[in-house]
Amino acid sequence: MKGKLNLNFLFALALLATAAVLPLFLQRTSGGKYNMIVLTYAMIWAVAASSLNLVLGYTGQACLAHGAFVGIGAYSIAIMVERVGINYWLALPLTCLLTAFVGFLIGLPSFRTRGPYFAIVTLCFNVIVYATFENWTWLSGGYAGQPITLPAALSGRLARYYFVLAFLVITLLVVRQIVKSIVGASFLSILSNEGLSEAVGISAFRYKLLSFTVSCFFAGLAGALFATASGRVDSSITSYLHSFYVLIYVLIGGVATLAGPVLGAVGLYFLLDRIKGLGEFRYVGFGVLLILIIVFFPRGLVGGLNQLRDWARERRSARSPGEEVAG
Amino acid sequence: MSVILEVDGVTKRFGGLVAVNKVDFTVEEGSILGLIGPNGAGKSTLFNLIGGAYRPDEGRIRLDGKDITGWPPHRVAREGIGRTFQTTALFQELPVYLNLAIGYRMKTRSHILDVIFRTPRARREQKEITQRVMEVLAFTGLAEYFDRLAGSIPQEAQKRLAIGIALMGRPRLLLLDEPTGGVGPEETGRIIDLIRKVREAGITVCVIEHKMKMVMGLVDRLVVLNFGVKIAEGPPQEVCSDPAVIEAYLGECIA
Ligand SMILES: Nc1ncnc2c1ncn2[C@@H]1O[C@H](COP(=O)(O)OP(=O)(O)OP(=O)(O)O)[C@@H](O)[C@H]1O
Ligand SMILES: [Mg+2]
Repeated sequence: MKGKLNLNFLFALALLATAAVLPLFLQRTSGGKYNMIVLTYAMIWAVAASSLNLVLGYTGQACLAHGAFVGIGAYSIAIMVERVGINYWLALPLTCLLTAFVGFLIGLPSFRTRGPYFAIVTLCFNVIVYATFENWTWLSGGYAGQPITLPAALSGRLARYYFVLAFLVITLLVVRQIVKSIVGASFLSILSNEGLSEAVGISAFRYKLLSFTVSCFFAGLAGALFATASGRVDSSITSYLHSFYVLIYVLIGGVATLAGPVLGAVGLYFLLDRIKGLGEFRYVGFGVLLILIIVFFPRGLVGGLNQLRDWARERRSARSPGEEVAG
Repeated sequence: MSVILEVDGVTKRFGGLVAVNKVDFTVEEGSILGLIGPNGAGKSTLFNLIGGAYRPDEGRIRLDGKDITGWPPHRVAREGIGRTFQTTALFQELPVYLNLAIGYRMKTRSHILDVIFRTPRARREQKEITQRVMEVLAFTGLAEYFDRLAGSIPQEAQKRLAIGIALMGRPRLLLLDEPTGGVGPEETGRIIDLIRKVREAGITVCVIEHKMKMVMGLVDRLVVLNFGVKIAEGPPQEVCSDPAVIEAYLGECIA
């Protein structure tokens, strides 16, 4: 068990080191600079995917509105800074709190009932948010969108890259602390067996709401990072298309794993960028990929890798492995 | 001895069906009460009413004199009633130790900020959880399975794990719905022994059973249900010779 833990840790460390030195090489060519920007956005979506994983992967509640929450986060920081005149560094945490609060308000009525109710409510919420930002141009800034002035420290692309990377790492550390704890175990218990959770004193309603609120906090962070990276926000960021993308990143990368959503988001965001030329046909390929993964690796790529590892270990020793579902 | 649980004229209807019909009984603290009756008699429904999964249409349920009628299950659990389900309920995909840890959540106070920032409280409670998990692993004899997935351990061990999860929160009253159901004869003994140990630890037990023979040697009192109605109550020997019970059980009771 120790050995496996160290392996995961080394793997994470290697990834982080790669992400940290990569820009030094990418900086040198114009193609490299472009890729650095793509990677910056990919990491932002990795934050969003990790936040969705908390409520979807660990708590088993399908939120179909993460696009809307990212959008709310993006607009909220841009409007706070640009129109209200709040300092960027203050607006950043306020944005996260505001998005968390909106999530809390949506969760409050929709977790009262069990079943697919929550998925439907969030989907409708996303449609409403999108329509609102599309039509209320006084709010969204219309075609031109809402610009945001960045603090001097974030004016360079390289700085923004490291800024986003730092927040991705923080997000993952927080998610890790949560899922390894008794609070995370309580989330998992609801995913696993809601009736039994209740019978041992865990209020499913409270924990779903908590998980969702925290999830929205980080979706808001992803939105704030998005506004920061692009310097301008328009209504397309609130689209439900983003909700499905984020959902797919999590599903393909692997639910209820730390690495899954990150690898899913970064890998697929890059892939989508590479095959931009295919236009709408990309979505067909996306759909096929999703179906294949769900059929063959129902727990996503990282889940599939874990399965392979356990299968190999089981063949070596008759005893079945002590899994770390929370890992 | 004092009364710990009081079921007072409780009725539950499902549409036209009266699953539990004006049932009264009390449970003495520190005793084992057996609840028997043919299939569909309303035994599990009665547990679901006590545990809060269903709300009674009539009647009251009191724990230590406190009215808990209509409370949601998580509040009932926190008030001191642990339970198992007829179809063994576990957190199948999670390891045994985590199954138990979840059962102790109600005794901890760490909230989300505690665990994110690893406050002293979170660390202290984490130790406490580990300690309690070790205790219950030993108590239920599941130490050898501690890191196995709950769904992958033998059927009989799963039954003991379900009891272990319920014990984690130190309940005062434990409701066991057919704890030996679907388990072979020799393994049944281990579960019976565990139930005796639970009682010796001072926990009151209510147990639903089908196997008459098993109940006879274990329980202090029996309550017999048939078609939702309580048809007999008393010490096991006495109840078993009751004509109404013999009729309900078609003479299966040969004591
Ligand atoms: N949720 C429900 N909805 C409708 N009817 C139900 C429900 N739960 C139980 N019943 C009915 O209530 C009656 C009592 O069921 P219950 O499960 O309490 O019986 P039981 O005594 O536990 O039987 P068994 O020994 O088979 O477990 C049965 O007729 C059953 O079909
Ligand atoms: Mg039953």
